[in-house]
Amino acid sequence: MKGLESILKERILVLDGAMGTMIQAYGFKEDDFRGSRFQEHPSPLQGNNDLLTLTQPEAIKAIHGKYFEAGADIVETNTFSSTSIGMADYQMEDLVYELNYEAATIAKEVADAFTAKEPNKPRFVAGSIGPTNRTASMSPDVNDPGFRAVTFEDLVIAYKEQVEGLVAGGADILLVETVFDTLNAKAALYAIDELKQKNHWEIPIMVSGTITDASGRTLSGQTVEAFAVSVSHIPLLSIGFNCALGADQLYPYLKRLSDLTPFAVSAHPNAGLPNAFGAYDQTAEEMRDLIKNYVDNKLVNIIGGCCGTTPEHIRLIAEVAQQSSPRLYKKVSHVQ
Amino acid sequence: MSNKAPTLQLSGLELLEVTPDTNFVNIGERTNVTGSRKFLRLIENGDFETAVEVAREQVEGGAQIIDINMDEGLIDGVKAMTTFLNLIAAEPDIAKVPVMIDSSKWGIIAAGLRVAQGKSVVNSISLKEGEEAFIRLAKKIKQFGAAVVVMAFDEDGQADNLERRIEICQRSYNILVNQANFAPQDIIFDPNIFPVATGMEEHRRNALDFFLAAQWIRENLPYANVSGGVSNVSFSFRGNNAVREAMHSAFLYHAIQHGMNMGIVNPSLLEVYDEIPKDLLEHVEDVLLDRRDDATERLLDFAESVKGQTKESNQEKNVWREKPLQERISYSLVKGIDAFIIEDVEEARTQVKRPLEVIEGHLMSGMNIVGDLFGEGKMFLPQVVKSARVMKKAVAYLQPFIEDEKDSATQSAGKILMATVKGDVHDIGKNIVSVVLACNNFEIIDLGVMVPPEKILEAAVQNQVDVIGLSGLITPSLDEMVFVAQEMQRQKIEIPLLIGGATTSKAHTAVKIAPISENPVIHVNDASRAVTVVSNLLSKDQQKTYVAGIRSDYDAFREKFLQRSERKTYLSLTEARSNALTLDWKNYQPLKPKNLGTHTLRDFPLDRLVPYIDWTPFFRSWDLHGKYPEILSDAVVGPQATELFADAQKMLTVLREEKWLEARARFGLFPAHSQGDDIILYDPEQPEKPISKLLTLRQQLQKKAGQPNIALSDFMAPSTVGYQDYCGAFCVTTGFGTQEKAAAFEADNDDYSAIMIKALADRLAEAFAEYLHEAVRQNTWGYASDEGLSNEELIAEQYKGIRPAPGYPACPDHLEKRELWKLLEVEETIGVSLTESLAMWPAASVSGYYFAHPKAQYFGLGKITEEQLEDYSQRRNISIDEARKWLNPNLVTI
Repeated sequence: MKGLESILKERILVLDGAMGTMIQAYGFKEDDFRGSRFQEHPSPLQGNNDLLTLTQPEAIKAIHGKYFEAGADIVETNTFSSTSIGMADYQMEDLVYELNYEAATIAKEVADAFTAKEPNKPRFVAGSIGPTNRTASMSPDVNDPGFRAVTFEDLVIAYKEQVEGLVAGGADILLVETVFDTLNAKAALYAIDELKQKNHWEIPIMVSGTITDASGRTLSGQTVEAFAVSVSHIPLLSIGFNCALGADQLYPYLKRLSDLTPFAVSAHPNAGLPNAFGAYDQTAEEMRDLIKNYVDNKLVNIIGGCCGTTPEHIRLIAEVAQQSSPRLYKKVSHVQ
Repeated sequence: MSNKAPTLQLSGLELLEVTPDTNFVNIGERTNVTGSRKFLRLIENGDFETAVEVAREQVEGGAQIIDINMDEGLIDGVKAMTTFLNLIAAEPDIAKVPVMIDSSKWGIIAAGLRVAQGKSVVNSISLKEGEEAFIRLAKKIKQFGAAVVVMAFDEDGQADNLERRIEICQRSYNILVNQANFAPQDIIFDPNIFPVATGMEEHRRNALDFFLAAQWIRENLPYANVSGGVSNVSFSFRGNNAVREAMHSAFLYHAIQHGMNMGIVNPSLLEVYDEIPKDLLEHVEDVLLDRRDDATERLLDFAESVKGQTKESNQEKNVWREKPLQERISYSLVKGIDAFIIEDVEEARTQVKRPLEVIEGHLMSGMNIVGDLFGEGKMFLPQVVKSARVMKKAVAYLQPFIEDEKDSATQSAGKILMATVKGDVHDIGKNIVSVVLACNNFEIIDLGVMVPPEKILEAAVQNQVDVIGLSGLITPSLDEMVFVAQEMQRQKIEIPLLIGGATTSKAHTAVKIAPISENPVIHVNDASRAVTVVSNLLSKDQQKTYVAGIRSDYDAFREKFLQRSERKTYLSLTEARSNALTLDWKNYQPLKPKNLGTHTLRDFPLDRLVPYIDWTPFFRSWDLHGKYPEILSDAVVGPQATELFADAQKMLTVLREEKWLEARARFGLFPAHSQGDDIILYDPEQPEKPISKLLTLRQQLQKKAGQPNIALSDFMAPSTVGYQDYCGAFCVTTGFGTQEKAAAFEADNDDYSAIMIKALADRLAEAFAEYLHEAVRQNTWGYASDEGLSNEELIAEQYKGIRPAPGYPACPDHLEKRELWKLLEVEETIGVSLTESLAMWPAASVSGYYFAHPKAQYFGLGKITEEQLEDYSQRRNISIDEARKWLNPNLVTI
C-alpha cells in the first residue's frame, strides 16, 4: 500500500464531511446516548456525540461507511471533544482513552474493509483532535486579562491521553483541527511530538486552523501568515483551514496560506454560512462549484467538508477532485 | 507555493519575516529588568499595568520585536514572565509583534514559551556549558517552536577575536543543524559587540572583528542571522553623547553592510549617519575599522573638543557659577556639590528678612527639583543622598541665625518617626528612607536600632508624629512589627504605620499587619516610593481616598493570597525523613582536618579581603539594580553606579589606611556525625565526648519523584558508617568601628558617608566569610588544597562544600546561633554578641557552618508542618509556643 506522502503528490485526497449533521439525522435521545452501559451515569449525556462511539457504534460505523462510499479517502474519528477537558462537562474524564481507542478502532475497521475491496484506493483514518472548549492565550474574564482557564501544561496532559488512545486504536494520521487558539494547537503538537519521540512513531500530522470571521483572523487574533508560522516548527503532512466559513469566504485566506507554506494544504469548509436557524443550506452542487474553483487554482491537496456537509456533498467534491491534479508543494529540505 | 530560500519567520498576531530585503530588524529593549530601572521598579511593585504601557510605547516607537527579561534576584521570574506575557497577549497593539524571551534561566524561558501563541525567539543559548546542554536546550526550543539567539561563547569563554568568533559560530551552527535538527534560518548569532577605544591594545579590533564575523557568518553559515546589542561599543565614551551617538550610527552602518540584520538599539542614542560631522565621523570610523595605530588617541583628543557640544561640558561647569543665586543653589543641590553652598546661602541670607526664608524659599525650591527628578527616575538614590548632604550643610549653617531670631517655627511637611525594631540591628535601608524623606522637608525623628515597642510608642505620642516607619531585616522582626501594630491598636494610638526592610513584603503586611490595625498600614520597600506614600497620607485632600484605596487593595491582595496559598502538598515528617537525601557513604572517605579545634583571628588585614568583595549586593543596597561589573556600563544607572563605585573605592582606601574597622574571626572544626536530623559534634581531644548538638530542619514539600526531602544533616555521615566525619562552624565580623565612624559622619551632616561605611562593612564581612571559607577548604581543613578559583567563580559558588548560615533558607532557625555561640565561645573571644531576636551585633557579621561533602548544596527549607514544629520543640526542649515564635515564617499557614 502506498504511503500518504506519495499519494499526495499524485492526486487530491478527499476528507469526509460533517459527523454532527449525520448524527442529528438519527434523532438519538438521552436513552440512546446512555445505551445500557451508562444508565446510572450521574449527569445528562444527550449531546455527547463522542460517547456514541461506545453506545451506538453501529451508527458511527455506518456514517464512516457512507463517506467512504461517497469517495472519501480519509475519515475522521468521532473524537472531536474526547479529551479530559471536553469530557469534564459530562463527568467522563475516565473514559477518554477508551473513547479514542474505540473510535479509531471502528473507523479503521471500516477503512480496512473498503481498502480490501478497492486496493488501488487505500482508505485512511485521521484521529480528530479538537481545540477543547478552553483557550490558553485568552482570558474568559474581560476584567482579568491575565487570567487563563487552561494552561499549556493542562492541555499537553489532556492531548497526550487522547493521542495515545487514537494511535493505539489504529489512526493513520493525527488531525489537530478547528484551531481557534494557536497556543492550544501548539500544546497538541508538543504532546504529539513528545509521544512520537518516546515511542518512535512515524505518524503524520495535519493541522487545520479556523478563521472566525471576515476579520481574516483566528479567534486568538492571528493572521493567516502568523498562524502558519506558529505551527510550522514540526514537520506537517498538511496545513489548512476548516469550519466557521463557507468555501467562498474561505477562498482568499486559503490562497494566502497556499502561497506561503511548504507543506500540503487542506481545506474542509462549512456548507456555506448558517441561516437564521443555525442550519446550513448550501447544496452539494453549489459547494462543488466553489470547490472546483479551489482545485482549478491549485490551492489544495486535501479537500473535504465541515459543518452541514453530507455524503452527497463529498460525492460531488470527490468528483471534482478526481478530475484535477493536486497543488504542487515541496517540503523544505532541512525539516524532517 | 513557496520556492524561495528559507527565511527567518516569526510571529505575534502578525508575521515578521526577515528576508534579504529586510534592512534591519529593531528589537525593543525597555521591557528588560536588567536594562531598565523603570521597568524593574514596575515589575517589583507588581505594577504590570504600567509595565504593559512600556511595551506599548516600544511597539509604537517602531520596535519590531520586544525583548522581555525578568532576571532579577528578587523577582519570581517564572511568574513575572508568565503574567506579563499573558497581559500583553490581551493587547492587540502589542501582541502583533513577536516576543524575544530573554533569560539565563531555562525555567523562565520555558514559562515564556508556554504562554506565547506565536513563534518567539529565545535569547539565548551557547556552548558555555558544553555540547550536551546546548543540544538539549536547542531541541526543547525547537519543540516549542521558537527561534534562538546563540551567543559566541563556549566552554573556554566568550569569543573575543575573529578566529574565536568564527570557530564558535561554525561549531554551534553545525551542532544545531546536524544534531538538533534546528532550522538554520531560525538561528540568530550574537557574535559579541565589545567596547572600542578603551586604550587596550587587544581591544583595537573589537568592532572590526565583529563586522568581519558578521560577514563570515552570512557568507558561510547558510540562512543564519546576525544580531547584537549596539550600545556596548561606545562604553568608553559614557558622558559624551555626541561621540556615542555618532559611534552607534557608524557602527550600525558598517555592521549592516557586513550582514548584521537585527539588533538591540536605543533609538534616542542614535545620530543620523549622514548628519555626523565629517571630522567626527572620520575619527570614529578610524577606531571602528582600526584604520590607524593612533586612532584611539586621536578620537579621545577629538572627543574632548566635541564634549563642548553636549550638556556636561567643562566650560559649562564653570559657567554655572555666573548664574543667578537661586539657580546656583538649585544646581548645587541637584548635583550634590557642597563646595559653594555656604557661600551661596550666606548671600541669600543677606537678601531676605528672616533666615528661615532661605530654607523655605531657596533651599526648598532646589530640593523640590531633586524630588521631581527622583520621582521621574531621572536621579538615583546615591545622588539624592548627596543632595541631602548639601541641604543639611546649608541648614546647619543657617541654624544659629534662626535661633538668634528666636523664631524656630520651621514649617515642616510632617513629622516621621523611624525605628529599626527590637532585636534587629540593620539600618541601612531605614537611613536611606529617612534621608529621602528629610530631603522632602519632612522632619525625621530617628530612634535608631533595637528600639523596643514601648519606646517607639512613647516617642510617637510625645512628639505627636504624623507617621511611624518600622524597619527590620531578620525574620523575627516581622513578628515584632505585628506586635507594635497590636500595641497601637490596644492603646488606641491612631498614627499611620509604614513597614519596610528586606524581609518585609506586601504579602506579610497585607496578611499579618493590616487586618489587626484600624490605622493605615502601608508596605514601602523602595525609598523612591516613600515620599509619595507619606505625602498622600498627610495630604488633607487625598488622605481619605488614598487610605481607602490602600485598604481595599490590601484586602483584595490578602484574599487572593489566602486563596492561592496552599495547594501544595506536604509529606508527613516520617515520609519526609524516609525520602531523605542518601549519599553514597560507602564510597566516601572524609578528609580529617589538618587542624581540628577552635581558632581565633584578630586584627586581620583588610587588604586581603578586598579582592573577595561581591559588589552586586552593594549596589542593590543603594537601590541600583544590576550585576557588577556590567552595572557600571548600564545604559540607565551606569553613570551613577560608576560614581558610587568610585566613592566606595575612595572610602575603602582610607578605611584601610586609617584602620577604621577591625576584622575578627572565630572558627572551629570538629569530629561529627549525623543522628537523624541532628548533627552531633565531638570534642577534638576526646572524639567520644559530644560537645554540641545542631538541630536541622527537613523539607516537607512533596517533591517530584526521585527528588529528596533534604535536611542539612543529610550531608553528614551517620555514626553507623564506621568512620569519623567532620563539621565546622564560624563567625566573622568587620563591624567593630563602624558605629563610631557612622556617628561621626552623621554629626557632620554627612549621611552619604554614614550609609557608605555601613554598606562597606557589610560587604567586607561577607568577603571575610568567603575568604575564611576558602582558607579553611585549602588549609585549615585542607580538603580542597588544589582548587584555584577566581572571585567570579567564588561568587558563583563553584567550590566543594557549603557554608550555610542560621537564619537563611537552608536553616532558617535563628536559635541555632545560641548553640554556635556556646560551641565557639564567640562573644568571649571576638566580642560579637546576639540580640534578643538573635541578630548579630555588630551588624556587619556573618556566622554559619562548614560542610565538606562534595554533594553538599544550598537549598531552601520551604514550609514545614505543625508535626515537625512539635518534633523540633521536643528536640530543642522548648515549649511549642516558643518554637512557633521562632519558626513562624516557615510554618505552613492554614
